[in-house]
Amino acid sequence: MRYRLLLAGLSALVALLFAVSLLVGPAALGLTESLSALFRGQGEAVVLVMREIRLPRAILALMVGGVLGLSGAAMQGFLRNPLAEPGLVGVSSSAALGAVIALQTGIAASFTLALPLSALAGAALSVVLIVALAGPRGGALALILAGIAISALAGAGVALVLNLSPNPFAAAEIVFWMMGSLADRSMTHVALAVPFMLAGAALLLMLGRGLDALTLGEDAAESLGVRLGRLRMVVILGTALSVGAAVAVAGTVGFVGLVVPHILRPLVGARPSRLLPAAALGGAAMLLAADIAVRVIAPDRDLKLGVLTALVGAPFFLHLIWRMRRLEA
Amino acid sequence: MSLLSLSHLTVRRGCCPVVDDVTLTVSGGEFVGLIGPNGAGKTTLLRAAMGLLPHDGQSSLAALPARLRARAAAFLPQSREIAWPVSVEALVELGRVPHPGAGAEADRQAVDRALARMGLQGYRGRIATALSGGEQARVLIARTLAQETPLLLADEPVAGLDPESQIRAMQVFAALAAEGRAVVASIHDLGLAARHCTRLVMLARGRLVADGAPAVVLTPDNLAEVFGVRAYFAQTPDGPVFQPLGVIR
Repeated sequence: MRYRLLLAGLSALVALLFAVSLLVGPAALGLTESLSALFRGQGEAVVLVMREIRLPRAILALMVGGVLGLSGAAMQGFLRNPLAEPGLVGVSSSAALGAVIALQTGIAASFTLALPLSALAGAALSVVLIVALAGPRGGALALILAGIAISALAGAGVALVLNLSPNPFAAAEIVFWMMGSLADRSMTHVALAVPFMLAGAALLLMLGRGLDALTLGEDAAESLGVRLGRLRMVVILGTALSVGAAVAVAGTVGFVGLVVPHILRPLVGARPSRLLPAAALGGAAMLLAADIAVRVIAPDRDLKLGVLTALVGAPFFLHLIWRMRRLEA
Repeated sequence: MSLLSLSHLTVRRGCCPVVDDVTLTVSGGEFVGLIGPNGAGKTTLLRAAMGLLPHDGQSSLAALPARLRARAAAFLPQSREIAWPVSVEALVELGRVPHPGAGAEADRQAVDRALARMGLQGYRGRIATALSGGEQARVLIARTLAQETPLLLADEPVAGLDPESQIRAMQVFAALAAEGRAVVASIHDLGLAARHCTRLVMLARGRLVADGAPAVVLTPDNLAEVFGVRAYFAQTPDGPVFQPLGVIR
């Protein structure tokens, strides 16, 4: 009952923030004007602003936040560790490397989807690597270590690209991209990323029972009929599909996947299966709010989304750790 | 009716066998105590029997598909892991994972029965990770009971419990056996094993060295050979009493 209320409340919050996200922007549009443009108008400037600028931005904030929260909850449940986050398997940093290479080589400027496609290719490559290293028969530890190694390698690759960048402008472009943003994304980006994110989310949402059983440890979960090898593959693939696509269109947005499951865990009785949908909604709400905030706080400075989530997320996380420490003492 | 049959079960760690050619059949109505010194292979035998370890030879359970096996046998691992601060009720409910089609009402009744058997009715809403080690152990036993399987394999289920809880848990296992189900539990406390088990299986260095009623297995020769102890063992009006007295090597 309390759980249903929580999901209903979070859904309402997401719907509200989605609407607000559609109404906030540099073009000062009235409420009725913008809504009627979204649903009815044709061709005018207002319609373009709503359908081609604000709507894709709101959809991407909803989806990217959702999959970050969801995959964070799945990863924490799978590794039975509240400090796990979706980037742990190395997908985010590999996708970033793909994007950075596209920026560096100039492919990114050749056609609209060059950058996200290159990022997706990076994510796919990291999945092949991680499955080879920690596939169906590897343990959780193998997965973590392989993820760390791949992240380090991709990080080194990004550093190398920055190192070799021909001029400061190219380097600045790369650095700004990596801070994560949803500004100036089009419906083409939505069309590219959303199918991957939906597929990944569908995989992750299937994991509830298995993750619940893992509360008792790997042996007990297996004796309850959970096939651990399959579970591990679904976690890796679901995270890679959804987070890879999220990074491809939004850059790296940190802390959502780490903090959101952490905040919501006490509210769902700590059950991993219940945390999955709640964290998806919570992540969507958090990213929609953050994306509204970057537009409201500094409308003309192009504050980056990833900077804001880390600025707000990290102190909040410290506060949680502080509280946890006091409870345990 | 046979609920578990192991035939020539062998588990190797590197080249040396940890469980060596064990053949064993467990039928309904039996409460089997698996005894043996540290490192004798009790845990490995239980895990291999459940199909959790690669092995040679056959185990009737390991041969089943995962879903059916989870309805044929429940397993209580030695490491008492509770990863998240869930309620006792939610934890015991995990025993219902292998019964997805049972329905909410049947699940609730199974959880109620399991909590009642372990005397945990008052603990429902408590947070499992905030309980003491012994209380957590009882909650985890209740989880295996909620699974309502014909067979229960438990790895040191009563280690670390207070005397009352130990005796109660042993009585629960004996009652399951009396209902026609079967329990195989590794136990270090030979006194408890001698009093409550219907049958003891003694392991030494991975091999099965004795198998039968407690009085047949706990002979001075076996105790000296396998455990290196001598003991007092007598049938009294209060039932069998077993007490190790001293080491002999």
